[in-house]
Amino acid sequence: MVDDVLMLVDIARQIIGVGALLLGSLAILLGAIGLLRLGDVYQRMHGAGIVDTGGAGLVLLGLLLLSPDWTVAVRIVLIGGLLIMTSPTATHAIARAARFSGVEPILSTDSKDKEG
Amino acid sequence: MTLTPWFSVTLASIGISIVIAILRASLGPTAFDRVLAVNTIGTLVVLSICVYGFFDGRPEFLDIAVLYALINFIGTIAILKFFRHGTLGDHLPPEDTHNG
Repeated sequence: MVDDVLMLVDIARQIIGVGALLLGSLAILLGAIGLLRLGDVYQRMHGAGIVDTGGAGLVLLGLLLLSPDWTVAVRIVLIGGLLIMTSPTATHAIARAARFSGVEPILSTDSKDKEG
Repeated sequence: MTLTPWFSVTLASIGISIVIAILRASLGPTAFDRVLAVNTIGTLVVLSICVYGFFDGRPEFLDIAVLYALINFIGTIAILKFFRHGTLGDHLPPEDTHNG
C-alpha cells in the first residue's frame, strides 16, 4: 500500500518535471525568436527577459524535480537564485546604459508607421 | 523509463536559441543589442551545462554552471562600464564616479 503510493508520487514527480522542462524549452525558443525579430533594444529586452525568467525558471524547476540527490537539488537552487538576482540587474544596466547614451525607444506611432 | 530523450529535446531547443542569439549579436545595430544577446547566450550556456549534466548522468557539471553564472554577470557589467567610461573604473574622473 505505502509502496504503491510512493511509486505514484515518483511517477507524478517525473511527469511534472518533464512537463516543466518542455515548457521551459518552449519559453526559451519564444524568447530567442523575440530577441531576433523585435524592433529596438528596449523591445528585445522583453525577449531576453522571457529567456531569463520563464525559460531558466521552468528548466531549473524541471531539473529540480528530476534531481536524483539532495546535493544536486541544492546546487540547482543556488544557480536559480543567482540567475534570479543577476539577470534583472544586468538587463537594468543595459537599459540604463542605452538610455543614457542616447538610444531612443520606438514609440507607438513610429512602429505603426513602420509596420503598417 | 529513461528520461534521456526529454533532456536531448531541451538541449536541442537551447542550441537553436543560442544560434538565434548569435545571429542577433552579429546583426545588432547598436552595441547594446550585442551586449544583450551575449548576456542571453551566457544564460543559455548555464542552462545547457545543467541539462547536459543530467543528460550524461554526471551532475558534477552543476558546479561549472554556478561559475558560469557568476562570470556572465560580472562580464556584462564590466562591458557596460567600459562602454560608458572608456575604462574599467581605475582612472575615472571624480565627477563620474557616482554614475557607475
